[in-house]
Amino acid sequence: MTAESLASVAAHRRPAFSLGRWLERGGVFAWLMVLPPVLFLVALVGYPFFYGIWLSLLNRPVAATGTFVGLDNYINAWNDPVFWQVVLNTFVYTAVATVLKMVGGLGLALVMNQDFRFKNLTRALLLLPFIVPTVLSTIAWQWILDPAFSVVNWTLVATGLVEKPGPSWLGNPHLAMASLIVVNVWRGLPFYAITLLAGLQTISPELYEAATIDGAGTWGKFRYVTLPLMKPVIFIVTMFSVIFTFADFQLIYVLTKGGPANATHVFATYAFDIAMGGGQFGQGAAIALTMVPPLALLILAMAIYLRPSKS
Amino acid sequence: MTVERRGFHVRFLKLWLPLGVSLIFALFPFYWMAITSLKTNQELYSRKVMPLVVHNPTLKHYIDLITETNFLEWTWNTFIVAVMSTAISLIFGAMLAYPLARIRFAGAALVSFAIAATYLVPQPLLFVPLADLINKLGLGDTLTSVILTYPTLLVPFCAWLLLGYFRTVPSDLEDAARIDGASRLQTLIKIVLPLCGPGFISAGIFAFTLAQNEFLYALIFLTKTEVRTVPVGAVAELVRGDVFYWGQLMAAALLGSIPVAIIYSFFVEHYVAGLTAGSVKG
Repeated sequence: MTAESLASVAAHRRPAFSLGRWLERGGVFAWLMVLPPVLFLVALVGYPFFYGIWLSLLNRPVAATGTFVGLDNYINAWNDPVFWQVVLNTFVYTAVATVLKMVGGLGLALVMNQDFRFKNLTRALLLLPFIVPTVLSTIAWQWILDPAFSVVNWTLVATGLVEKPGPSWLGNPHLAMASLIVVNVWRGLPFYAITLLAGLQTISPELYEAATIDGAGTWGKFRYVTLPLMKPVIFIVTMFSVIFTFADFQLIYVLTKGGPANATHVFATYAFDIAMGGGQFGQGAAIALTMVPPLALLILAMAIYLRPSKS
Repeated sequence: MTVERRGFHVRFLKLWLPLGVSLIFALFPFYWMAITSLKTNQELYSRKVMPLVVHNPTLKHYIDLITETNFLEWTWNTFIVAVMSTAISLIFGAMLAYPLARIRFAGAALVSFAIAATYLVPQPLLFVPLADLINKLGLGDTLTSVILTYPTLLVPFCAWLLLGYFRTVPSDLEDAARIDGASRLQTLIKIVLPLCGPGFISAGIFAFTLAQNEFLYALIFLTKTEVRTVPVGAVAELVRGDVFYWGQLMAAALLGSIPVAIIYSFFVEHYVAGLTAGSVKG
């Protein structure tokens, strides 16, 4: 290439201002791309969040304009014995279901991490409870636990384990909570099992060989190889699961609607009852927002935990 | 011989027994849906008949479900809503993910933070203000209300997943295209997107199943039968007063689950890839 043609290329490449060239600047292009979705999320997540905070400071029946009442809705919740029952229920539900899903999911992942025929088919079938719409599978559970025609009770009576008519799974406060936890575990355990299985498959077999040479047995290999390497995966899966179990709505709404006598009400169902059933938007918004501090703590823990691994 | 038998016992205890129990636990509710939906009412509400099998199979509940309720309309609504919100989520997700994956720009950290924060916001936190806003916008009882709000749940996930796929495209390819005179947009559409097909399928399948699964917003925003989705229609209209139409409920639950299950069965690997991407790569 001659010097002349190089010069002409250089001149050609430097117009005074061109929209096309401006659009090609990294920062401009990037912001033009991200701006529509960012505005969308601001409008439908960011704005409603702050609007919800504003609503929670109002006495606001559904079909009327609100009056500002300051923190009254929060004070009402504080003085409401049902609210404290809701707090307790939510913590019990979240904690027990999470532990069962974590332990069961890890167990199932370890079982699945062996070689056997039809492994992919088995994995696909085991994941079904997680992908089928929750409300629809919960309706099936409601029928399984029906007070009069429960198949569980039929089996228990038929095998002579209990007297007729058998326990009322959704009618007794403690059994109702236990039933909800079982259904939640049924739905969520496959998620743990499959993600933890994917984590297990990334562990190099050489590490197990090395551990065997060092004299580790099955437990030793699990304790000193599997568990430490799986810790980050277990942690992330658990965090996500905790957030969504804590804020669960549909399973409880379908099975018990918070009953019997508020024994299974959690934040989401109680806020729904107050806002949609009772028509008190302000009070409902306040109850929903009381979920924020515990959720924020969880998310903060996750952020702190994830930071070092990013570098 | 004895060694072989012992091997078999160990394998039975370590593999087949726990696997079998898990499979029965996981699949029994679906079996129960299926056989309940095929039983006559007499058989359903009899305490004398052994309930674990069907004695006189009938399709009556399916026929009633289709002729006496708006089930087909609910199915169509669910499908439209899932497809539309998935499409919006994939487009917005890609628009967020590509610049974050490829371009260093001022504010990138803020955008990533916003995506992560949105991902962790559960619906129950926002349903009260959203219900009020949807009413004020006059969108109550329209499918638009859920088509607009579902992507708020799906966009962060799609963006996160696609970000990972965009990063796997060698930047040499893009540089070559740009040197040949392609604009950034042309490079994205002609070079990067075709290479990220699997990412779009994973994100799409995941978003589609989540959209089919959503209940709270649909329950609140859709109160008229002609705009309802399957989960809301089943819960709201197949239980009249205190009467549960169990046969029809189970038929609806099964039919409502089948589209998701079929799509999922074709793309299991993509679905699992999407499911595990976040937790394993993170």
